[in-house]
Amino acid sequence: MSNISIEVDHLSKVYTIGLAKQRHDTLRDQLVDMISAPFQKRKKEQEDGTFWALRDVSFNVMQGEVFGIIGRNGAGKSTLLKLLSRITEPTSGRAVINGRVGSLLEVGTGFHPELTGRENVFLNGAILGMHRSEINRKFDEIVAFAEIDQFLDTPVKRYSSGMYVRLAFAVAAHLEPEILLVDEVLAVGDVEFQKKCLGKMDDVAKLGRTVLFVSHNMNAIQRLCSETIYIDKGKLVEKGLTRDVVSHYISSNFYSAGPREWIKLNDADRVGTGEAYFDAIYYESPSKEIGYKPYSNGPVEFSVMIESNGPRSVSSIAITIFDQYGTKLVNADSVSLGKAVELKAGRNQFKFKINRLHLNPGVYVVGLWMAKSSGNVLDQIYSAIRVDVIDLEEREFGMRIDGAVTCDFQLVTDQM
Amino acid sequence: MAENIPTVKHQVIIQPSKGWFSLQLGALWQYRELLYFLVWRDIKVRYKQTALGITWVILQPVVSMVVFTALFGNLLGVPSGDVPYPIFSYTALLPWNYFASSINKSSTSLVMNTNLVTKVYFPRMVIPISSILSGLIDFGFGFIVLIGLMLYYHVPPTWTILFLPAFLLLAMLTALGFGFWLSALNVRYRDINYLVPYLIQIWMYLTPVIYPTSLIPEQFRFVLALNPMTAVVEGFRWALLSPYLETAQAPGIILLFSFLISILVLISGAVFFRRTERTFADII
Repeated sequence: MSNISIEVDHLSKVYTIGLAKQRHDTLRDQLVDMISAPFQKRKKEQEDGTFWALRDVSFNVMQGEVFGIIGRNGAGKSTLLKLLSRITEPTSGRAVINGRVGSLLEVGTGFHPELTGRENVFLNGAILGMHRSEINRKFDEIVAFAEIDQFLDTPVKRYSSGMYVRLAFAVAAHLEPEILLVDEVLAVGDVEFQKKCLGKMDDVAKLGRTVLFVSHNMNAIQRLCSETIYIDKGKLVEKGLTRDVVSHYISSNFYSAGPREWIKLNDADRVGTGEAYFDAIYYESPSKEIGYKPYSNGPVEFSVMIESNGPRSVSSIAITIFDQYGTKLVNADSVSLGKAVELKAGRNQFKFKINRLHLNPGVYVVGLWMAKSSGNVLDQIYSAIRVDVIDLEEREFGMRIDGAVTCDFQLVTDQM
Repeated sequence: MAENIPTVKHQVIIQPSKGWFSLQLGALWQYRELLYFLVWRDIKVRYKQTALGITWVILQPVVSMVVFTALFGNLLGVPSGDVPYPIFSYTALLPWNYFASSINKSSTSLVMNTNLVTKVYFPRMVIPISSILSGLIDFGFGFIVLIGLMLYYHVPPTWTILFLPAFLLLAMLTALGFGFWLSALNVRYRDINYLVPYLIQIWMYLTPVIYPTSLIPEQFRFVLALNPMTAVVEGFRWALLSPYLETAQAPGIILLFSFLISILVLISGAVFFRRTERTFADII
């Protein structure tokens, strides 16, 4: 019998920003204001701006479901998780939670740099809601997952950022609540680690726990979540099967532009440190007859403009091509070419020369990625622009092209 | 599939809280292990890097006592009954220092734990409570020194020492009451923690730490009565040194009044804290 794990009913959260102008951060200023108030002319209209971080959101999550929450940065996804984690209060509406909640809103919450890895496992575990006996029981598992056995008794301030994240996630991964709320913790760490985390979340899901997963990583969302909601500007825009919702999200979040024009990416939905970022993108194929659009099995060039705040060495710059459902199809990553890419301070321009694009005609979405050798992501844009790949050859029978990828093949008669 | 999930559901309803509130004592009990770990963390970190750490804890009240003895005991000739001045002042300095350091710590406790307040759920009262508890370790060391002093000055304890835990508890509750007020206010007004050290300094002179209540003329004694720390300090002194003090020092009206003020601060502090708690994560 399926029970409702989480019932969200017209939940809203408002922040008043106009008032922030009058709000004083210090007692001294507040007192001065109160004393001088009778002597000041009251301002005619006080700007009372209200910001609806979340507006009238309603949905249900069934027990055992892995539920995705997607949307742009600032859409209200984190606010939703904070409300469900009881960290902040709703302005109106309500939610009913059936089961114990474990929240993973940040990795390493409560870690103290002076304490050793061992001590922090206990501290962090307790902060996340585990009992001491539970932590004791799982201690070895946690340490094994984090792969930091030799460094267990060193203060955490000496850990590399990778070790830190691994340990933090290892503790959180061993929480056993009935409901798990996860907020983009997978955005940190290197690729190997992210794979491990996804695997762990998969295991958790298989055990029948309810999971709410906020992420920008459409692949992860597709892989783990059966149902997803799309939140934009505080409102629930769509709820339904992951495939459909993701496709809706992608299609509303890229720039639609033709070839041979520089497309600025300032408004793009992105994650990353931003020390170097993609400023603009440009693409074209050499075929003038079809308006320089890319075509199946043909060559295409993508140029990217990167702004860097200083000279640096980047281990991976990649162009990724997804279908409209967010499935990753093509990944042209500089890391596979073996050499690091050198960026200078300010503007840098690179061109990806793809010799043959093995994609069938259709609508695709291009994403961008840039990461340092340590694995830390500098900039990642999941859906930057939409690209139409067209059909150069005319098919005689008006055949539909199925499948995303092409291949070279021949048909021969088989001699017995 | 879902067989290993217990069927008994723990249900929580999330909605805007109306005026009424609860003290969440049940939730606090549930999170007692977190309280333990936060106290453990504070103590560990405090004593980890400094070899001087423990020495300083013992030195501090001793140095104060020496200075006060020279200044007030000898130079200014503050009367201390039948007890040598050093012991007279030390028995009061001990709970006073505990109070002062607990207040200092708890007033910034919420702001210092911003990452916990904004990312994890637990009853927020756990944070100021942990500040009050971690100060007890320092108190413990100071108490050992006190025992040493009592032996040195041949001042054995009497039956009144049985009341000492009660006065220690009162010290903790007083510190907690102010801790609730100050920590909650500090989230909203960040300059509160600059005011606190000044307040403490002046406050000490308004408390009978370095002088006996009898020194204060009768018409001004009500000031002492309004001070919640009077009960703690005089109580401590009485519990440890009763036979050697003037009879006027025994717990009386002034102490009773001071005790009631303490309780008032505690209750109002808890109420204020719980009512403003809902905005902590938003404005911290």
